[in-house]
Amino acid sequence: MIRIDNLVKNFGAKRAVDGISFTVARGEVVGFLGPNGSGKSTTMRMITGFYPPTSGRVSVGGHDVTEAPLAAKRLIGYLPESAAAYPDMTVEGFLKFAAAMRGLEGAARTKAIARVVERCFLGSVLRQSIDTLSKGYKHRTCLAQALIHDPEVLILDEPTDGLDPNQKHEVRNLIREIGRSKAVIFSTHILEEVDAACTRAIIIDRGRIVAQGTPHELRAMSASAGAVTLQAQGATAERLSALGKVESLDGAFRIYPRDASQAAALAAAVIDLVSREGWKVQGMYSERGELDEVFRRITLPDTVQK
Amino acid sequence: MKPLWIIAKRELAGYFSSPVAYVFLVIFLLVAGFLTFTAGAFFERGEAGLGAFFGWHPWLYLVLVPAVGMRLWSEERRSGTIELLLTLPVTTWQAILGKFLASWLFLALALALTFPVALTVNVLGEPDNGAIVAGYVGSLMLAGAYLAITCMTSAMTRNQVVAFILAVVLCLFLILAGFNPVTDLLVRWASPAVVDAVAAFSVVTHFDGFQKGVLDSRDLLFFLSVIGFALFATGVIIRGHRAG
Repeated sequence: MIRIDNLVKNFGAKRAVDGISFTVARGEVVGFLGPNGSGKSTTMRMITGFYPPTSGRVSVGGHDVTEAPLAAKRLIGYLPESAAAYPDMTVEGFLKFAAAMRGLEGAARTKAIARVVERCFLGSVLRQSIDTLSKGYKHRTCLAQALIHDPEVLILDEPTDGLDPNQKHEVRNLIREIGRSKAVIFSTHILEEVDAACTRAIIIDRGRIVAQGTPHELRAMSASAGAVTLQAQGATAERLSALGKVESLDGAFRIYPRDASQAAALAAAVIDLVSREGWKVQGMYSERGELDEVFRRITLPDTVQK
Repeated sequence: MKPLWIIAKRELAGYFSSPVAYVFLVIFLLVAGFLTFTAGAFFERGEAGLGAFFGWHPWLYLVLVPAVGMRLWSEERRSGTIELLLTLPVTTWQAILGKFLASWLFLALALALTFPVALTVNVLGEPDNGAIVAGYVGSLMLAGAYLAITCMTSAMTRNQVVAFILAVVLCLFLILAGFNPVTDLLVRWASPAVVDAVAAFSVVTHFDGFQKGVLDSRDLLFFLSVIGFALFATGVIIRGHRAG
């Protein structure tokens, strides 16, 4: 549904997006990760046609966003980072406006508004003017606007920003549900959201894609991925070091696999060793890897790593 | 074309959702009345015409039209709703025209509410009603020209006050270029051709014809070109912000 080819955006001398290419198919939820100022919002603004790209192409549903902007925009529902809505309008008036702009009229419009009001929990504030709403409600009003025409492509710039934990949970569920039949891109810097909602994550830094894959694949890039933590009476670092690099924790040991290929077999090897030695196991678990560790390692400037 | 009207409708409703619109209408009518009857000496003239009324419009609009139009784009930019608006399936031109037409319609309403002045001259004497209609058309064109310039300055900044001041300054130039005290000054050191060329850019020069009851296509064309040019510039400015 979304195809991005070698997208570049300059602001004056500064290059905000530097040759990004990827595609998103129907049924995919792509999480867009990256530090502040890495080019996430700029990329999304180019996909939605707000910024014209300096070079490169974006096509949505087969329509080039620069050449056929209206056809492309009709397919897109967009929640901007600012989540701005006209403050002098009521929630209902604003949704009616958004629906009318999407060509919805009469009964279809009433139905569409009822659907998004229910999905975004706006029933209690329908007749309130937007400038009197709390941040969470404002945010959801703008989200409702993005969903009103049941778009094929959903672009959400930090959809859970400013929401309370319950609302965050609801929005993630909503994204996952919509993602089953539509193409969704959302940006976030909350890493758990990648696990909670994404089928694929793209990490961008300084305008370039630095890593991508399923949350599982990304996590496997972590140094601790596949490591086994063992707490057992009689266990010694010396014996365990035969299996891999051992780190002594408080009364426990963490064994790191020598390389990624060995990771899958490590837990079995530890269990083997434990039974041979006759240690009394109090606890043992396998690390899945930490996304934030991967994120930090990829996106921190090189100087920090040295 | 439909999104244009939906945008215009939203914008027009926006004026009336707060007391600002009503306050504006009252101030407009009060000031117009004061200028006509007191400063313009409407009764003392002993003429059955609206010269005392229309003559003030270039000055009256100088402050009031930028006040109506200053928020059109600057507010969208300040609050970030411009991103929402321009990612909806509309073209930039539809958005610009929709907003412009909504404000112009609002000004037309304000102007229409001055109808008692026209009634008054008809009760007191036998005016040339053709000239009055022409005056109203000219006044509406004048308001449109100022408004289009305000649209342009509004697109330049996030700050409504800056947009207002810029618009007042630009509109003032358009008045002064043909304002008699200024042209008299110019005559002293410039050739008549230069003076005429400068005066040709003035709204005063082109508004005069309407007041006399002459609907000259050249005057009409002048106002329409100012509107067209300023709205085109608005589009260029808005595109410029996004192009980076």
